[in-house]
Amino acid sequence: MLAKLLNNKDTMLVIVFSLVVLAAPLLLAPLGAGYPDLMQRFAIFGIFAIGFNILFGLTGYLSFGHAAFLGVGSYSAVWMFKLLSVNIVPAILLSVLISGLFALVIGYVSLKRSGIYFSILTLAFAQMSFNLAYSVLTPITNGETGLQLALDDPRVLDGASTEGVLPSPQLFGLEMNDTAQVPFLGMELQFNVGFYICALILIAAFFISLRIFRSSFGMMLRAVKSNQTRLNYTGINTKPYTLAAFVISGMYAGLAGGLMASMDPLAGAERMQWTASGEVVLMTIMGGAGSLLGPVLGAAIIKYFENIFSRINDNVIEAWFTFLPDWLGDILVTLISPFVGKGWHLSLGLIFMLVVIFLPGGLVEGAQRVSRWTVRSVKRLQHSEPGSSKSLEPGETH
Amino acid sequence: MDAILLQILNGLDKGSAYALIALGLTLIFGTLGVVNFAHGALFMIGAFCTVVVNGLLSLERVTLSETETNPWGEPLEIRVQYAELWFGDFGQLMVDYSVFWSLLFVIPAMLLIGIAMERGLIKHFYKRPHADQILVTFGLAIVLQEIIKQIFGANPIPQPAPDALRGAVDVGAALGLSPGSIIYPIWRLVYFLFAALIIGGVFAFLRFTTFGMVVRAGMADRETVGLLGIDIDKRFTAMFGIAAVVTGLAGAMYTPILSPNYHMGMDFLVLCFVVVVVGGMGSLPGAVAAGFLLGVLQSFASMTQVKALFFGFSIDQVIIYLVAVIILLTRPRGLMGRKGVMET
Amino acid sequence: MADFKTNRRSFIKGSGAVGAGLAAPTIFTKAHAFTNEPGPGSVVLGFNVPQSGPYADEGADELRAYELAVKHLNGGGDGGMLNTFSSKALDGTGILGRKVDYVTGDTQTKSDAARASARAMIEKDGAIMITGGSSSGVAIAVQSLCQDAGVIFMAGLTHSNDTTGKDKKANGFRHFFNAYMSGAALAPVLAERYGTDRKAYHLTADYTWGWTQEESIMAATEEKGWETVNAVRTPLAETDFSSYIAPVLNSDADVLVLNHYGANMVNSLTNAVQFGLREKMVNGKNFEIVVPLYSRLMARGAGQNVKGIFGSTNWHWSLQDQASQTFVSSFGREYGQPPSQAAHTCYVQTLLYADAVQRAGSFNPCAVAEALEDFEFDGLGNGKTLYRGADHQCFKDVLVVRGKENPESEFDLLEVVQVTPMEQVMYEPDHPMFAGGSLGQCNPGA
Repeated sequence: MLAKLLNNKDTMLVIVFSLVVLAAPLLLAPLGAGYPDLMQRFAIFGIFAIGFNILFGLTGYLSFGHAAFLGVGSYSAVWMFKLLSVNIVPAILLSVLISGLFALVIGYVSLKRSGIYFSILTLAFAQMSFNLAYSVLTPITNGETGLQLALDDPRVLDGASTEGVLPSPQLFGLEMNDTAQVPFLGMELQFNVGFYICALILIAAFFISLRIFRSSFGMMLRAVKSNQTRLNYTGINTKPYTLAAFVISGMYAGLAGGLMASMDPLAGAERMQWTASGEVVLMTIMGGAGSLLGPVLGAAIIKYFENIFSRINDNVIEAWFTFLPDWLGDILVTLISPFVGKGWHLSLGLIFMLVVIFLPGGLVEGAQRVSRWTVRSVKRLQHSEPGSSKSLEPGETH
Repeated sequence: MDAILLQILNGLDKGSAYALIALGLTLIFGTLGVVNFAHGALFMIGAFCTVVVNGLLSLERVTLSETETNPWGEPLEIRVQYAELWFGDFGQLMVDYSVFWSLLFVIPAMLLIGIAMERGLIKHFYKRPHADQILVTFGLAIVLQEIIKQIFGANPIPQPAPDALRGAVDVGAALGLSPGSIIYPIWRLVYFLFAALIIGGVFAFLRFTTFGMVVRAGMADRETVGLLGIDIDKRFTAMFGIAAVVTGLAGAMYTPILSPNYHMGMDFLVLCFVVVVVGGMGSLPGAVAAGFLLGVLQSFASMTQVKALFFGFSIDQVIIYLVAVIILLTRPRGLMGRKGVMET
Repeated sequence: MADFKTNRRSFIKGSGAVGAGLAAPTIFTKAHAFTNEPGPGSVVLGFNVPQSGPYADEGADELRAYELAVKHLNGGGDGGMLNTFSSKALDGTGILGRKVDYVTGDTQTKSDAARASARAMIEKDGAIMITGGSSSGVAIAVQSLCQDAGVIFMAGLTHSNDTTGKDKKANGFRHFFNAYMSGAALAPVLAERYGTDRKAYHLTADYTWGWTQEESIMAATEEKGWETVNAVRTPLAETDFSSYIAPVLNSDADVLVLNHYGANMVNSLTNAVQFGLREKMVNGKNFEIVVPLYSRLMARGAGQNVKGIFGSTNWHWSLQDQASQTFVSSFGREYGQPPSQAAHTCYVQTLLYADAVQRAGSFNPCAVAEALEDFEFDGLGNGKTLYRGADHQCFKDVLVVRGKENPESEFDLLEVVQVTPMEQVMYEPDHPMFAGGSLGQCNPGA
């Protein structure tokens, strides 16, 4: 089936991507990131960034308000848990639908303008959503605290659960927070139901985005990026295409929001703030806007910093260096501690700068350069003619 | 009526801060074509320059008391300001007026920071996509604010206005209205005048000096100016420095109104981008006009009577963004934007 | 300080590989009696505090207190308030013979980030108890997470009525006081100092905590005869309150109540003083400003503007009882500065948790909860205190404070005006301001 839809290189790409994603508990455990919450976040923000990339990477329209769709998706999902059932299927469907509608309205208005005027319009809509959700709309959003499940929720379909205990989101009886622990080489691998649901959806989302990239629709979007005026002169109305891309990426964001609420049934207003919108922009640019794998990579790196670096306190660093003499350990601790723990933002800012200064085009392009260089060096070693073959990394789209 | 006048004053005052920051942002954007997300950080650094100057002026000599102890049993530290020790009353006066002294420090410091930023980093991004410029300047903004946080902590640091300018004055009486009807803080009036001065100065500089003329020509058509054999790059670098100084001064003078903290730049950043875009990308008068417009509207929106017009809805939560949306939909390039700037 | 450093390092060395020695996370699996049942060697506590964002300094002080508490629990240092605590179950050998380890995380003062960080502690590090935080939204969000995961949550600085009101949870406990108590303690003092025929104008941060604070102080002052002229909501992100304060000048109010916290409080108070409100005379009375919830760390940002302004606080380092003195001396020696109220409540919460485990003889959250419920204690700085079982709220004396006119040091900003006795701030668990929620059942996670 896959073979019919994709060429060989893309089939390989999807297969390798799927394998890596599915093996995440094993691959991430040595990095200290192999626990359910973070793996779920990798997958969810991967979906979010993939969706954002369909808009930004293909059309060049830089939306600064995409977090609003994620937030709307989360609120829809939690309301579904509260009113209907804790099964995640209706919740996720509703969150995709509602955020799609929301994106349709905002996209229709914002796409009347282009360039920075478009960016500011989307930013304005998102900031309005955030401000309202945080205070005025508290009856719907539960404001500062965030919308969460309560014991007296109606839950029409499965209201009769155990007295005094909140149910947790599930897929036909499979609870999202069920985890199997498997000891492996001295590590405890955690295979979590929620993560695998996110992972399967991530793979599907990746596949769909690949299809969009390769389709004539995707071609049209790229044409918009390279020269919209020329397209307009040839008599093509680009608005339906850009609007479609906007709505699709809004639905991706809604899907991510719905999944986020399914993994952890709380929807907070902060996930709609401009900093959250900025975060997905950074993920995409850092990974490589317009490439297929870049956004997922960018999402993983930013979330890794936020969740792992912020947890390294002086105590932990000292424990790393206990084998060294005291004075040397102290020096190292003093040198490292500004960059981790409470200083994790500093490292993140430095990484942004380094990536964009030295790897224009993002991490994916960096990886391509490295692989090209390796291939070339290997060739040189074999005394063959240099530059005879062009090797492209999977995900290359240019 | 008094209430409305008072809110107009408030709006102009808020607006003058927005206008100053937006002015700097537009100078950089208009001359260099760079979207500078680190601009808020420049405002913040300007504010922290006053903290540094105040700190230096009020350095204290610490001696340990031989008899008294503090609550955890160590000898009590007796602190005397050197300024007071050496110069007596005059020293205290110096500390009191530290905000003004700090301006002398802000100008060279910000000029230096601005030029270093442009030569060291921004210069390499002229030809890069706007997205890259945003990422690198945003990264820089984070780095700068984190450094400030590690030095000065996260809490706001109070910077009082000089004693003589601390209170409020009866503006109503001065305008011939009934006395006591409009009472307004002196420092806010000072800030407003200061902002007007700076804005006027920048415009005059661009209008009446050769340097300004070349820069304006460069803003309109960089290549042609280059072809005329004028080293436009050097002037643009200087322009970046000037923009940094304007923004830094805005931050320094704002400290008695808003105790500086490390994230104040980010708080103002988004607002000022909205201001600049509403004014029209690349238009200096547009930026200033939009700054004052949004400031005044924001002040009016906070009035209970205005909220009542919207059936009690907290319009002040969204007013800025709502106005931005309305203006951008009715005027495609903001108030005074030019065609083709930042539209792709 | 120098010896302390060596002590701490050798202490870590002695404990072996801290990182590797943590109990394996066992969340949500059915094999154990309860979530993250600790092994025989050590037990992990999770300290989840704001390390970035506007409350980072408060978070840093909380973290100092936690590290000190851990040190004292493990028998290090001078033992601090373990020596004054009325319960003698703890003996400086850790908790139930297990050495206390800890992990830290950054809440960023955002519900999402705080929950992510707490989940990491539970899922990755095997934390058995989560504590900390500097805002009510975060506290409530993390409390409900801990309820679902089956670990105990010992709230840090959270002042909203909802934490132990409509959002209370069986696994969550709060030592800090709340908005109702602030109102109940402040109103009599305000009535005594400023008279009972005052007209109050409220400015309120437009989110959940602000609303409960406004409701509480309004009810308490109105009961004393005050009239509320107006209550205006201000956006959280506001940095310039001039347009909210200007209308106060034209109203006939003679008191301004600022239901603001953190940077909001610093800015609104600074603005209010600049507008000359404190020199104003209305209805033949001096105009007054009140800040119901004070934080010394934050008050520093408002500088001289706090002088003479009334507010309430959970604890203050200038208290003269033996327990407070012991804590201040222990904290001061360690860090060279007095502890904040946030640090105090966090230290106390850690001790209370450890003591409850010790008395229950088990780490099982349900056993711990039972030991904490209706527990009466003394010697932790607030006098006689009751951990009420019906809503998991501590009841103790509340301090009414005032900005000091002549501070002697940078820490000496507030003076205690009155210690309002516990009886005066007591309320029924079903009080209307706290109604609408239920504790539910304690969840051990298995």
